[in-house]
Amino acid sequence: MATIIKDKTNVTLTENGLFPSSEVMLDLKNLKKVYPTPKGDYVVLEDLNLQIKKEEFVTIIGHSGCGKTTMLSMIAGLNPISGGNISVLGKHIKGPGPDRGVIFQAPSLMPWMTALQNVLLGVNQVFPDATKKQRNDIAKYYLQKVGLEDSFNKRASDLSQGMQQRVGIARAFAIKPKVLLLDEPFGMLDSLTRGELQDILIEIWNKEKITAVMITHDVDEAIFLADRVVMMTSGPKAKIGDVLDIDFERPRTRKSVLEHDDYYKYRKHLIDFLEH
Amino acid sequence: MKQSITLGKITKFMGLGFLSSLKDLFTGKLEKEDYVNFLRKVVVPLASVLLFIGLWHMGSQSLYNIEAEFKIEKALNDQGPAAAEAMRECIASGDVSCKPNTLPSPTQVWDSYKSLLRDHNIISADKAAFIEKTAALNEKRIAEGKDAITYTGRPSFVDQIFRSLKTVFAGFLLALVIAVPLGIFIGLSPTLKSSFNWFIQIFKPVSPVVWYLLVFMIVKTLLIDSNEDSSFTISFISVGLCSMWATLVNTAMGVSSVDKDYINVAKVLKLGNFQKIFKVVLPSSLPLIFTGLKITLSVAWMVLIAIELLAQSPGLGLFVWEEFQNGANDSNAKIIVAMFVIGIIGFLLDRLMLTIQNWVSFDKTDAI
Repeated sequence: MATIIKDKTNVTLTENGLFPSSEVMLDLKNLKKVYPTPKGDYVVLEDLNLQIKKEEFVTIIGHSGCGKTTMLSMIAGLNPISGGNISVLGKHIKGPGPDRGVIFQAPSLMPWMTALQNVLLGVNQVFPDATKKQRNDIAKYYLQKVGLEDSFNKRASDLSQGMQQRVGIARAFAIKPKVLLLDEPFGMLDSLTRGELQDILIEIWNKEKITAVMITHDVDEAIFLADRVVMMTSGPKAKIGDVLDIDFERPRTRKSVLEHDDYYKYRKHLIDFLEH
Repeated sequence: MKQSITLGKITKFMGLGFLSSLKDLFTGKLEKEDYVNFLRKVVVPLASVLLFIGLWHMGSQSLYNIEAEFKIEKALNDQGPAAAEAMRECIASGDVSCKPNTLPSPTQVWDSYKSLLRDHNIISADKAAFIEKTAALNEKRIAEGKDAITYTGRPSFVDQIFRSLKTVFAGFLLALVIAVPLGIFIGLSPTLKSSFNWFIQIFKPVSPVVWYLLVFMIVKTLLIDSNEDSSFTISFISVGLCSMWATLVNTAMGVSSVDKDYINVAKVLKLGNFQKIFKVVLPSSLPLIFTGLKITLSVAWMVLIAIELLAQSPGLGLFVWEEFQNGANDSNAKIIVAMFVIGIIGFLLDRLMLTIQNWVSFDKTDAI
């Protein structure tokens, strides 16, 4: 089985400690976010620098309110940038677009549409030149991948929360984005369903290798899914506090990760950071 | 078995769920545990209807007595004891000339209802005969390029009901055509919202009577050359303008309060404006739009009576007014008949809207 080891050591860094630009998918430079308040400006993020390589899965962890979600929605283009810039493959982003797919915390499906229609909403938009059948096939393929082959024509409002989030995953992958942004996608689910969905997510991801940035509160989830865990300092003026490389081989299974010698070392590292 | 399930579903869907338990009674399908339900859904409402009729009967009886006593006393004071005695006898005999004029009893109302139906049958027969008689002549007249002769007799009560329904639907459609698109634009654009807000706030509470007068001023001038009877035009436009506000406000609110997540999805997928409105914004605001339309229809039906009365447009409103002016023996009873007919039709219109709402809306639980 071919395994890809995503490790900083595999890449030769440039002189100033950055990745060479040919390797970088997503680049945040001196990112700043300011909310004006009556008492003066409130600086959420300041001098935030982060490079994410192609085909990398990065999880972001930090205390509530530290600005993780703000950062993600700025990458998605849903929240204006106050300073610095964000670029995808070297191009500065301007507003939202389907090159950056988002899986929201709430499934955010249109409840009046069926599972298939929800996925097609994006597919139709991204592949306008494909035939109707081709677009249907794409949508159905991804719905099958998330285990919903029996629920194509069920209304989203009739699906359980977990099932809805599966549709959300299918919708995000089906539009073939360059970057996938996940905003605590499993935060609202019970732990059993969360585990199932993590497996589904990582299975699809192993096939598609779409550069992914995921926010999570869950230390185990962060380690299980990521090539790198990015730790953010508490706000205001939050920035990147620390970055931890996770050197587990892919594809991973939950069992192999839990049994790995380094697992508790990584876990301790993250918890130490969060507690200080 | 399957048949009864679907029937039950249909009645429930239409907001007439109570009918299905009534049906169970006649088909003898009641289980023991259904009895409490049956009691609550059929017996209790039925008992309350009977109680209502009983109270009504007693109330009208006592009003009748007060009126009768007053008449006798007046006769006594004005004309002496002999006249009072004569009045007492006259009232007891039930003669029309001295009958106390007050709230009619349930039986009188029922009789009036039957007489109105009889009247309708007579007029319908008359109309049919007229049409038959003039058919040949009319053909000839049309061939010669003249207008056909139409029946110009008095409309029956049932004709007036249909005329009222026509007016209300025309008004409702007008309200729909104005308020829904306008509401969508206002909801989508904060600029439009602030430019229209004063307008809505000021005109929303204006009374139907004033709307009627306003429409009258405008339509009268616009149709100055026309010989047509403008009362229908005036009344349906007034009904529409009076009733559209609920839809306008609800649509604007529904559109502007679409779940932010849906809007974000639309943004991320870069949906065009057309797609965004028709695939995301409108479906998600449908429940609120329909709540508005439901209110609009019931307001339309409510103000219709007053407006028909003012516009002298044939219909239930004019019927009520004419009966009141008429002051005939059974006028009061006829007014009460009209009241019930208006109430029942209003109820049915509301159910009709509910059915359509259930049919088109995604959120089945939202409809009340």
